[in-house]
Amino acid sequence: MNVTFSADDIAFRAEVRNYFENEFPADILEKQRDSIPLQPEDMIRWHKHIYEKGWGAPNWPTEYGGTGWNSVQKYLFADEQARASAPPFLPFGVSMVGPIIYTYGNEEQKKRFLPDILEFNTWWCQGYSEPGAGSDLASLKTRADRDGDHYVVNGTKTWTTLGQFADWIFCLVRTSSDVARRQEGISFLLIDMKQAGVSIKPIILLDGEHEVNEVHFDNVRVPVENLVGEEGKGWTYGKVLLQHERTGIAGVAGSKYRLQKLRANAGKSIKGAAPLSGDRNFMRKVAAAEVELKALEYTELRTLASVASGKAPGPESSILKIAGTELRQNIDALDVEAAAYYALPYVRAQYATDFPEDEYVGAHTETNSSLVYFNDRKVSIFGGSNEIQKNIIAKHVLGL
Amino acid sequence: MDFSLNEVQLMLADSIEKFVSNDYSFEARQKYSDSASGYSKEVWTTFAELGWTAVPFSEDDGGFGGGPVDMMVVMERFGRGLIVEPYLANIVLAGGVLRRAASAHQKDAWMSPIIGGELQASLAFVEPQARYELADVATTARRDGDAWIINGDKGYVLNGGNAELLIVPARTGGQQRDVEGIGLFAIKTDAAGVSVRDYATIDGQRAAEISFRDVRVAGDDLLGTPGEGLATLEAAIADATLAVCAEAVGIMTVLTEKTIEYAKSRVQFGVPISSFQALQHRMVEMYTACEQSRSLLMWAAMRCADDDEKSAQAIHSLKYQIGVSGKRVGEEAVQIHGGMGVTWDLDVAHYFKRLTAITLMFGNADWHLDHLAG
Repeated sequence: MNVTFSADDIAFRAEVRNYFENEFPADILEKQRDSIPLQPEDMIRWHKHIYEKGWGAPNWPTEYGGTGWNSVQKYLFADEQARASAPPFLPFGVSMVGPIIYTYGNEEQKKRFLPDILEFNTWWCQGYSEPGAGSDLASLKTRADRDGDHYVVNGTKTWTTLGQFADWIFCLVRTSSDVARRQEGISFLLIDMKQAGVSIKPIILLDGEHEVNEVHFDNVRVPVENLVGEEGKGWTYGKVLLQHERTGIAGVAGSKYRLQKLRANAGKSIKGAAPLSGDRNFMRKVAAAEVELKALEYTELRTLASVASGKAPGPESSILKIAGTELRQNIDALDVEAAAYYALPYVRAQYATDFPEDEYVGAHTETNSSLVYFNDRKVSIFGGSNEIQKNIIAKHVLGL
Repeated sequence: MDFSLNEVQLMLADSIEKFVSNDYSFEARQKYSDSASGYSKEVWTTFAELGWTAVPFSEDDGGFGGGPVDMMVVMERFGRGLIVEPYLANIVLAGGVLRRAASAHQKDAWMSPIIGGELQASLAFVEPQARYELADVATTARRDGDAWIINGDKGYVLNGGNAELLIVPARTGGQQRDVEGIGLFAIKTDAAGVSVRDYATIDGQRAAEISFRDVRVAGDDLLGTPGEGLATLEAAIADATLAVCAEAVGIMTVLTEKTIEYAKSRVQFGVPISSFQALQHRMVEMYTACEQSRSLLMWAAMRCADDDEKSAQAIHSLKYQIGVSGKRVGEEAVQIHGGMGVTWDLDVAHYFKRLTAITLMFGNADWHLDHLAG
């Protein structure tokens, strides 16, 4: 039993660290450190930068232009990415639809879509949830009716993250209602957003930001060649995709560096205040979060080691989403507590990089802490709410 | 990176699991616990014959040369079997001090017979006023020529009623809570001035309150350097903390398994109670608490094996986690077993009580969290 990395792994980590420290766009890292939201052009720019480096798809096999990294390398990469405060990949293309296309799509689809995902030439978004289908996803009602060489799509998708910038959307749609189980008759369809009948309406979240949308389809004609895999089998593909999504949501590496920063900041005096490190109650909460983090880190490593040795991830992997999101929200709350009054100012103009420093209310991370806290309420809800995760563990792991 | 056990560890695990399932039923355990000594001498001899009592001692000392990971393997299985034999007192605590501080002569006299299962021993690390502070030692050791005169009271001496040999921290100098000035003495319980009040503990084990009145100890029976015993004491307690945490993880795993099994078989309102979502989610939380504790246990065992600067932090983190999760898993197991869970006859109650005892020893959750807060 050991957690030592091989010499190759250590050299790999040094290479990744060097990239993030010396090559990655510094202005993006600075925005991230100050919790300033990235603009769409920022996101395109850094994704293209990492693609140029050859690391545009850490989770893909080399035959489609991915890195072909093993699970330890992927872990080290994600850890270094978080250590540098670099943003995580936008998951919709590279983590979600990409693997579905190379696993279930035909040759034509692979040629047509994968290179643009890899280079970030196309921006993808996800069309799963509907106003009437949240955690109960199989109750979705968006219809795709066959008409010659096309499907005619009607319905509404919701919680579409960053859909306002998207070129394409991947959707679960109902192609047949005459089925024994609701999970049947659902198909996986790729839809061009820039066409007649697709309209998009913003949903403003509690932090005041336009992050998600409602997408309406009104007699949208989608060529049959945009169907991935077999008609009616979309549920199976969609489930695989959700598993990818859930491990990402745990965000263990991100939590690790946020907690380190929290402890370091607690030792400092901000604007003449007594350092929080003198507050026993607060520091005990920080310490408890650090223990949770360590448990989570080692649960993740156990999963990785199991995958690296060629086994399927053990049942312990299923708790990562729940524990990971609970920890993220716990750290969010500690950041807010640390900021006290200065978690309260809501001055949206401050979220621009050119906002004059001397007009700033509070310190950057202080005033943004409450927005992160409010925004992150989503993490225990999306990707299958944490209650749904418990149902999954109860059924598939504990056999209840 | 590898979380699997090596071949030797797998054999060790396998032999203990076989012993527990073939020879250590819950009924047998209750019988041993109820006996005057609180354990089975026959079983203890078997432990020695199978080499389990030799695990943490070096090969030069006639041991197995095992490290923290091996100890984890043993104690987790002992936890699953709800073993009452005094392994912690003899091997981990008394043995932990002796293998670190005893001279060759002292090892021959005391450590070898402990490993052989012939001598019962313990470490008197608690004083009635000290709570969890190891340096709070009011017991005094006064020089008298070549000898020492010991006066003071020790509490919760595990296996104290059976022990023929005690390792006793006593103050050779300094004030009551000073880190300097603590000596470690080997004292026979039949020495004049030693009185032992033996009692049962809530977890089916035995302990004793032991007082020392002008007990004369030969100079040769001091372990290591006078006044510098605290580091050795702390190291042995760190071993013991890791050991009981491994035991707790074994117990928590059993409690979770038994609770799931019971919920599937118990029918109310015409359906198994395992079909109720309110209970399913609670069992998922028990399972999560077990796995998160197991992850921390592995981390701590590896840190202690490396003996690096992180090992103290790892022990604090682990014991805090076990304090919180152990309480939760134990209480939930009883709750989900309903009326059966609160009966003496069901093993679940006894696993719960042992788990409770573990949360209270070597620092509770709050005490360890306080050390981590910095």
